[in-house]
Amino acid sequence: MNPKTNFDVRTIRKDFPNLNVHVHGKPLVYLDNAATTLKPRQVIDAISQHYREETSNVHRGVHFLSEQATKKYEKAREKIQHFLNAKESAEIIFTRGTTESINLVAQSYGRTFLKSGDEILISRMEHHSNIVPWQMLCEQVGCRLVVSPINEKGELIWDEFKKRLSAKTKLVSIVYVSNSLGTINPVGDIIDAGHHVGAKVLIDGAQAVSHTEIDVQGLNCDFFAFSGHKLFGPTGIGVLYGKRELLDKMPPYQGGGDMIATVTFEKTLYNVLPYKFEAGTPHVAGVIGLGAAVDYVQSLDRDKAEEHKEQLLAYGTQELLKIPGLRLIGTAKFKTAILAFVLPGIHPHDLGTLVDREGVAIRTGHHCTQPIMQFFNIPATSRASLSIYNTQKEIDTLVRAVKKAKTIFD
Amino acid sequence: MMTNDNQELYQQVILDHNKKPRNFAKLDPATHTAEGYNPLCGDHLNVYLRLSPQHTIDEITFSGDGCAISKASASMMTTNLKGKSIDETNKMFEQFRELINGKLNPQKDPNILGRLAIFSNIWHYPARVKCASLCWHTMKAALDKEPKAVSTE
Repeated sequence: MNPKTNFDVRTIRKDFPNLNVHVHGKPLVYLDNAATTLKPRQVIDAISQHYREETSNVHRGVHFLSEQATKKYEKAREKIQHFLNAKESAEIIFTRGTTESINLVAQSYGRTFLKSGDEILISRMEHHSNIVPWQMLCEQVGCRLVVSPINEKGELIWDEFKKRLSAKTKLVSIVYVSNSLGTINPVGDIIDAGHHVGAKVLIDGAQAVSHTEIDVQGLNCDFFAFSGHKLFGPTGIGVLYGKRELLDKMPPYQGGGDMIATVTFEKTLYNVLPYKFEAGTPHVAGVIGLGAAVDYVQSLDRDKAEEHKEQLLAYGTQELLKIPGLRLIGTAKFKTAILAFVLPGIHPHDLGTLVDREGVAIRTGHHCTQPIMQFFNIPATSRASLSIYNTQKEIDTLVRAVKKAKTIFD
Repeated sequence: MMTNDNQELYQQVILDHNKKPRNFAKLDPATHTAEGYNPLCGDHLNVYLRLSPQHTIDEITFSGDGCAISKASASMMTTNLKGKSIDETNKMFEQFRELINGKLNPQKDPNILGRLAIFSNIWHYPARVKCASLCWHTMKAALDKEPKAVSTE
């Protein structure tokens, strides 16, 4: 029990069976939550129940199981609509994850509405998934990718960002929370500034959904993308939210079953939203699992959960900085519970291997954000990313493991 | 105290080559060079060779940035390959690959690996095997005069 918040981590931890695993004979200390979160039994049970009792395809059969699965599938869409506060459930499109959501916008919206001379504005701290799809689009239609710089703390430089906005800017695509720095971007201001020059704005919410409540209508973003597996849900399922007025104008991303109204060899009529964008048999169990994950998150006191993570961040920052020579990468004023660091003389991969032998799972590498590594002039970082089930004791274990690794290399 | 596992991987010889890499410089002039890159972790190195007219390795050096395993492996590769013929080099590369994939036991199987046998435990760390092999693939690419940067992927 955390005395300050009454947020009962022990109860939360009981929901996550994966926490009981031992690694190299040591209790698992899972600090790789920005890569993927562990799954609560509620999600595991929902997926298992689907495969045990209601396996079937959706939107097709008239038989009982198919009706059951379809009902749950569409119910999950409504849950996500409310979770994001979207106006209607038809604005919720299921994808494989954030990456596919961004690619969908690039290929469907981008190829239709952007042309030579237009600009797409992103930032230096984007994940590769919010860089490469736009580079591909630029090659296809001749538009230009503009990158807004960051400062030494890993924050967007607001004046520089605004300078790069103009009538040429047709799309702004910005990460809400940086996966390698933890920086929380002022997305409200970004969206307003983008709209001011007539651009559409996409928010990469992959790291944000587990951190803060999302209100797409309040934010007034045009597109919002996230992945289920970073929100205690299964891998392979994600969401693209888009405003109906835009989605209606956009051509399908992929062709196939379920996305059509009628097919003849002369002409095919496309289905209505959201099915126009969901070709083929979808990840039914994934959608049902994601629905359960949303239920789980909403059953938590999110303010208290966030307060708990903030305390862990403060504690982890303080303890890690006691290690001589350790440098934190990402020290934004507003940041989530991500602790990325470098240590002189120890490459992050060696550190990752050594702390793993102590049961501690951290991510080491460039975190799919090579331009950030280039900015800080480092090859890689070690990253501990915290979630609701982590404890101060686990941070102590990390710090001990790092110190031990250091003795080998000193 | 370290665990035995880690003692097996991070042995003193490897730590020493990491701290004081041998032949760690650009070679100019070189007869063969190549650039190696592991896109998964960002390890990046160049291998430079100068071959004699008799096709033996007169000089071999490397430069770049990587973890202790990749640096030590490159350093030890250069010390082991100096003076070797192309045939011996190819044979050593083949045996080293078998070693790091757990297919060659240096205690039992005949080999010419010498001190490189120290990497025999790395197959217990599958994520790190490529760290040890990057320099060898790069060296091979240089000898084969493959014009582009090689990749572990």
